[in-house]
Amino acid sequence: MGELIYNIANIFVSDDKAKWFVTELYNNFIVDNRWSWLLKGLGITIRLTVFAFIFGLLLGLIIAVIRVTYDKRVDTPKQSVSQKAGRFILGILNAICKLYLNIIQGTPTIVQIMIIYFVILADSTNKVGVATLGFTINSSAYVAEIIRGGINGVDKGQMEAGRSLGFGYIPTMIYVVIPQALRSALPALCNELVVLLKETSVASMVALQDLLAAALLIKSRTYSAFFPLIAAALIYFVIVSILRNFSARLERRLNSGER
Amino acid sequence: MKGNEPLIKVENLTKDFGNAVLALDNVNNNIYNGEVVVVIGPSGSGKSTFLRCLNLLEVPTDGHIYFEGVDITDPKNNLNKHRRKMGMVFQQFNLFPHMTIMRNLTIGPMKLLKKSKEEAEKKAMELLERVGLADRANSYPNQLSGGQKQRIAIVRALCMEPDVMLFDEPTSALDPEMVGEVLDVMKSLARENMTMVVVTHEMGFAREVGSRVIFMENGKILEENTPDEFFDNPKSERLKNFLDKVL
Repeated sequence: MGELIYNIANIFVSDDKAKWFVTELYNNFIVDNRWSWLLKGLGITIRLTVFAFIFGLLLGLIIAVIRVTYDKRVDTPKQSVSQKAGRFILGILNAICKLYLNIIQGTPTIVQIMIIYFVILADSTNKVGVATLGFTINSSAYVAEIIRGGINGVDKGQMEAGRSLGFGYIPTMIYVVIPQALRSALPALCNELVVLLKETSVASMVALQDLLAAALLIKSRTYSAFFPLIAAALIYFVIVSILRNFSARLERRLNSGER
Repeated sequence: MKGNEPLIKVENLTKDFGNAVLALDNVNNNIYNGEVVVVIGPSGSGKSTFLRCLNLLEVPTDGHIYFEGVDITDPKNNLNKHRRKMGMVFQQFNLFPHMTIMRNLTIGPMKLLKKSKEEAEKKAMELLERVGLADRANSYPNQLSGGQKQRIAIVRALCMEPDVMLFDEPTSALDPEMVGEVLDVMKSLARENMTMVVVTHEMGFAREVGSRVIFMENGKILEENTPDEFFDNPKSERLKNFLDKVL
């Protein structure tokens, strides 16, 4: 198989540089089926990105709703005991959320991942699970702020209309406000997905076999950095381009269609 | 409920937004079954605040509102349950833009009144036909004109089968030529003895269908009377002055 490619290459390119190129290509990707390492790594990268994004979205949504609810609270003169207790709990939850956002946004992703991996969950054997948790926490902080902006952008008449029909605060949020908030936040959320995809490459630092780690593994076998790293970069680039394209189309559709 | 008890009893209602003048200053009023109460007054007079306090969209600083004998300002009572019976129509329509018209009309009855989809859609369709918009059931709000949106908003409130309808300047955001179609729907409701509280600048409507007209200024009810007396024999100078300007 290797000889065949070499012979074919010899027919087209005869100078040494071209031969070197083909040999490197061969050593880095064909020997031991090394291309499949990249593919496996890509699989882990995508899995990590997708799950961290979904969980981050849910967590971010909850944080955003707590923050918005706290910011828009009105102090009424007459409050029942349960309302007072609710206010108190809301205040505590809001303080926790704010602290959480400050810490996550104020520290580097790689440090967060390492702390979770080497300190908090050092005993866990489920590497992908731990990394997913780490990126979920990281992403949720950014998603929360995006969604909070989306919720604040929804006309306050929408909440009033829902409440006047007899819906409670949370049901009105779920049926009326959040769908509209997510819709307007969609471009920013797509961007966060792209950022997250690229950021998962940090996982290679905690011995997770993601796309970048696969490239580094090839490099350690072949002692050539150029081909595996460029290959990894190309794969990231193609996937990001696809996401960007998808996001741009989505945005166009939302802008042109009924809003 | 007893025959003579008011549907809505407003007691010492006060709302303080922290401005120089109280938005509502110790307002008392009773609204009885089948009445069409029209509230007029200059802007900033507190008429919208008064209406919005009736279903507690605005939380009063002080005072009580009894709806069907229950004090809804008491936090112990389940406000959401009482609001179902108070339909509200807004100046800006506030239809849900991400739902079809049919979904706008059926989400309340289905989720809150636990009606089946068929039941809720049947009722919605009947009401849509009544306002002449049956063919728009599958449209989205943004595909409709202002007048159509407001008629849908009225139908949305009616789908909950309310005991009273509250209108907050329902025609103020409309092009002049669309005002008529909305007022027509409101008039037909009045003819069916729906209890209505209407904040409006439409003096013709007040005169034609109102059973009582209230004039508000600086958070107080300055004058109230039957439409004929109100417009033909205004008592206070302030009301005379106001009517001179708007009529």
